[in-house]
Amino acid sequence: MSLPARVTTLLIAFAAVVAFVVFVAAHFVLSSPPLENYTPYASGGQVNVVMQTDPQNTVTNKPDWVSYFIQNPQNKQWVHTTYFAVPAATKVNMTIYGYDGCSALRNPVWGQVTGTIGGVEYVDGKPTSDLNSWSGCNVQHTFTMAGLGINVPIASPTTLNENNNLCGTSPCTSGPHQVVTFSFMTPAKGGTFRWQCIVPCGGGYVDGNGGPMSTPGYMSGQMEVQA
Amino acid sequence: MATEAPTSPPEPPEPPEPPGAPGSAAEPRHGLRLLVAWVVASVIGCLLVYLVWGPHLPPGDMSSSAANQQFDLRVLGTIATPVFLGVLIYMGYALTFWRAEDDDETDGPPIHGNAKIQLTWIAATTAIVLALAAFGTVELVTVQGAGAGEGPQPIWKPGSSSILQVQVIGQQWSWTYRYPQFGGFETAQLELPLNEPVQFNVTSLDVIHGFWAYQLGVKADANPGVNNVAYTTPKHPGSFVVRCDELCGLWHGAMFDYGKVVTAAAFQTWAQQTETQLASVTKILPPYALTYDPTAIANLGKVLVQLGIGGAGGGYYPPNDPEQP
Repeated sequence: MSLPARVTTLLIAFAAVVAFVVFVAAHFVLSSPPLENYTPYASGGQVNVVMQTDPQNTVTNKPDWVSYFIQNPQNKQWVHTTYFAVPAATKVNMTIYGYDGCSALRNPVWGQVTGTIGGVEYVDGKPTSDLNSWSGCNVQHTFTMAGLGINVPIASPTTLNENNNLCGTSPCTSGPHQVVTFSFMTPAKGGTFRWQCIVPCGGGYVDGNGGPMSTPGYMSGQMEVQA
Repeated sequence: MATEAPTSPPEPPEPPEPPGAPGSAAEPRHGLRLLVAWVVASVIGCLLVYLVWGPHLPPGDMSSSAANQQFDLRVLGTIATPVFLGVLIYMGYALTFWRAEDDDETDGPPIHGNAKIQLTWIAATTAIVLALAAFGTVELVTVQGAGAGEGPQPIWKPGSSSILQVQVIGQQWSWTYRYPQFGGFETAQLELPLNEPVQFNVTSLDVIHGFWAYQLGVKADANPGVNNVAYTTPKHPGSFVVRCDELCGLWHGAMFDYGKVVTAAAFQTWAQQTETQLASVTKILPPYALTYDPTAIANLGKVLVQLGIGGAGGGYYPPNDPEQP
C-alpha cells in the first residue's frame, strides 16, 4: 500500500473512532429528558405542577418500566419526562395522579411526609402526614427531593380489584388512581435539585434500584429553580 | 658487553585536572556541602511542616479521631520532609555542580559496591518502616480505631460507660440516622453532642455504601447485613459533611448531607423533641436492630402476592415479573 493510501486509511479510521465517541457522548451521556418549563406560568407567587405515575411505560421501548410523566403547562399534554423548571421563591402546588399499584417501602421511614407546607399531603383531598406501607396496600412511589428535605409518599389504589385492573396504556387517562396534592416553597436562589422515588420500584434489578430507578426520565429527575 | 635496554614508547603526559574535578586538589567537599544544606533545610522544613502547615492539614480537629488523623499527617509529613528535601537538594546540587561540559562524551567513573552505605541504607529504612508501623498501631489504639469502621466486633472501644449510639443507614441514595437510646426514632438529620463519645453502627439496606463524615474523621463502609462500628468524640461545635464514598449507582454523587455538633444540652433538647415529633413514624418502623434483613421486603412482597396484588407495582419481584433477579 502506498504511503498516501496508508495515511488516508489512518485518517479515516481515526475520524470513525472520533465520530463514534461523539455519537456515544451525545446520545447516551449528554442526553437528558425534555424539560417542562413552568416558570412562565407562575402567577401570584405560585405555580401549579402536574404529574402522574404509571405502572408501565408504553411510549418507550421499556414497556415494563414504571414511570413518571409531567403535564405540559401550555397544551396540557402528558410528556414522558421527569425534568421540570419552576421559579425561585415560589409556592409550588404539586398534583400527582397516582395510577400505579402498591409497593412496600424498603424503609418505612419514607412513609412520613416532610418538607411540604404544613408537613402534610392530601390524598384525594384528605390531609395525612404519613402512610404505613407495611401495614397495607397504600403506597406506590415517593416524590423525594433530598436537597429541600421533601419526601411525599404517593398513595396507591388500595383494593385488590383496583390493583389488578390498573391502567394499561401510558400516559394514563383512566383507571384506578389516587390524587395526591401538596405544596412546598422553592428557595430564593436558583439551582438544580435532584428528586427520585425511593420505594425502590425497579423490579427485577439489583435491589430494585436499577432500570427505571437509575434512568432519568422514569423514576428520578431534576427540578430546576430559576432565579 | 653492554646491553641495550629495551625501549618503550614514552608515556603521554597526564592532562592537567580541571579545577573542581573529582580528585583534584581544588575539589570542594561536596559531601559536607550537601550535608550542611540538607540539615539546615530539613530543620527549617520540619518546623514549617509541623508548626505552620500542620494545624491546617485535613481533616481538621473537629473530633478526637479527626485531630488524631491530623496529628498523624503532621508526624508523617514531618518525617517525609527531610527525605523530600534530600532528594531535591541532591538533584539540584548535581545539576548545578556536576553538569557535564557540552563536548564531554566520556563515561562516568565505574561504581563499585559500598558495604557501609548499603548497610546504612538498609538499617535506616528498616528503622523508619518499623517505627511507622509501631506508630500507626499506637495511633489506632489510642483513639479507639481512629474513626475507621472496625467491623461488628470492634477491638478498640472507648472506656466511657456513656456512649451515644447512632445507627447510620445507607440506602440508594440517602442517609438516615437512628437513635436507639431515644426511642429508636429515625431521621435524615444527624446531630451529635459535644465531648461525648459516639458509636456509629453503620449498615445498608441495599448495596454497599460508604459513610464518610469528613470533618469528624469517621469513615466506615455500609454493607447490607453487616454492622460496621466506628467511634469518635466530637470536640468542637459546628457542621460537617457526610458523603457516600462507595460508588453506589446513579445518584451516588448526590448522596450527601450535613450533620451538626452541638452542646450536650442542645443535643438533649433536640433529641427529646425529635423523639416526640416522630413518635407516630417510629411506631411503624421495624424494631431497632443492628442490621435489617433485605429479605424482609421479599416477605412483604409475598404478603401482597398472597393478597392477590400483582402487576408492575404490585410488590417486590412478584412471580410474574418478567425480569427476575
